Amino acid sequence: MLEVSELCVSYGAIAALRGISLKVEHGSIVTLIGGNGAGKTTTLRTISGLLRPKSGKVTFLGENITRLPAHKIVARGIGHVPEGRMIFSNLTVAENLAMGAYLRTDKAAIARNREYVFGIFPRLKERLRQTAGTLSGGEQQMLAIGRALMGEPKFLMLDEPSLGIAPRLISTIFEKIVEINRDRKIAVLLVEQNANLALEISGYAYVLETGQLSMDGASADLRKNPQLKAAYLGG
Amino acid sequence: MTEFLQQLLNGLSLGAIYALIALGYTMVYGVLRFINFAHSDVFMVGAFIGYFVGSHLPQGTVWGGLTALAAAMAGCAILGIVIERLVYRPLRGGPTLNVLITAIGMSLFLEYTGQLVFGATPRAFPSIFPAKVIAVHGLIISLNQVIVIVVSAVLMIALQLAVFRTKLGTAMRAVALNPKAAQLVGVNIDVVISFTFGLGSALAAAGGVLYALNYPSIDPLMGVVPGLKAFVAAVLGGVGNIPGAALGALILGMVETFVDGSRWSTYKDAIAFAILIGILLFRPAGLLGRFTAEKV
Repeated sequence: MLEVSELCVSYGAIAALRGISLKVEHGSIVTLIGGNGAGKTTTLRTISGLLRPKSGKVTFLGENITRLPAHKIVARGIGHVPEGRMIFSNLTVAENLAMGAYLRTDKAAIARNREYVFGIFPRLKERLRQTAGTLSGGEQQMLAIGRALMGEPKFLMLDEPSLGIAPRLISTIFEKIVEINRDRKIAVLLVEQNANLALEISGYAYVLETGQLSMDGASADLRKNPQLKAAYLGG
Repeated sequence: MTEFLQQLLNGLSLGAIYALIALGYTMVYGVLRFINFAHSDVFMVGAFIGYFVGSHLPQGTVWGGLTALAAAMAGCAILGIVIERLVYRPLRGGPTLNVLITAIGMSLFLEYTGQLVFGATPRAFPSIFPAKVIAVHGLIISLNQVIVIVVSAVLMIALQLAVFRTKLGTAMRAVALNPKAAQLVGVNIDVVISFTFGLGSALAAAGGVLYALNYPSIDPLMGVVPGLKAFVAAVLGGVGNIPGAALGALILGMVETFVDGSRWSTYKDAIAFAILIGILLFRPAGLLGRFTAEKV
């Protein structure tokens, strides 16, 4: 479904990604793990068009989307839940969700998607008229995911959904990611520092180290890998 | 008491004009985080369009006046969009200072092109609206003042509806809050930025025509002083904040009018800038603005 090949991205003179290639198949959950500054966020931002690569190619459903502007990439069916959630803090929860459906015109479909979002995150329904900035970290993450779902993506990228939220909510969020993947047949690319959790819910994993892939394989295998255990899984 | 009401009315109409200009400053700042110094000259161009169109229409009719007003607004909306497209957009993504300096350059370009094309001599603005004066209990109300207040109120309500009730308006607020996130839900920020410039410039043009109506002479440098005052008003209300700009402008218009009517009238203009300094010292985020740390 998504294929990234030999992607190179740099910030000025500093190379952030040095030729990475990865693949996400229909209906799968793939995770990209790695430490701080490894280039995980850069990878997602380049796929969604917020950053321009120096070289390399991004193909989505057979189409080369490397040079498309971000709003056109969204229109192709790629949803991106960005790092730090980036909800519209001064807008209400309802307005945030409406913004998620910015490119959708079918009113009935929008209403259906809203009901689906409320189904997985009932909390959002209770807080509909509330300003998004007043939500808790976990609720903001739910809103960010809900907002992305309102765009009816075929493929969803999540950047550190566990960051800065209450530990008891982390497992809920991960369960919901699995549920979304299963129910809506949305392929997922998950970026996480919490490698244990990410490997648990994903089928395939890539390990990113300072702008290059150092390892990849089935998540179940990587969980047993002694090198990875030492580096990311807390021994 | 009559004196007080009279000044209140004068202040209200002056404040309404400042508000129309201040809104453009504040909207562009909200979306792009820079002060468009050429905005006050778009105001001037608006007055000139009103002058040329108004001179070809029958004088002293409401429809003629409104036509001149609409022509100025449409012309300046296009001008604002073109300026952004040709001058500011290529610099987007670069340091803010570059675009700020370019805005000053654009301002000078419009002023001196104006002098070249229209000449530097002030021209008398035609009385495009019916010139009537009504006296109520000693209170002198000119129809022009009423028009200024009514037109400004209608435009500000329309703006409020456009920003809070339409999809593009919501997108504009979303871009102001977080341009990256707005792109990730599919907002084309180029369209939003053009819309913002168009809207702001149209309001400034309306301000230009209404200003020219009440201070009936126009020249290519006429935008400088009201532009600065409107900028002060935007800062006073909290730059980037739409209701703040309107509030700041009304306060400034009132204060200026009352000072003008007192024995300190010589210091009328100094007051505006004293307010600016005071705000920057004591409440830098403005009356309705919230102070947020600038992300680097």
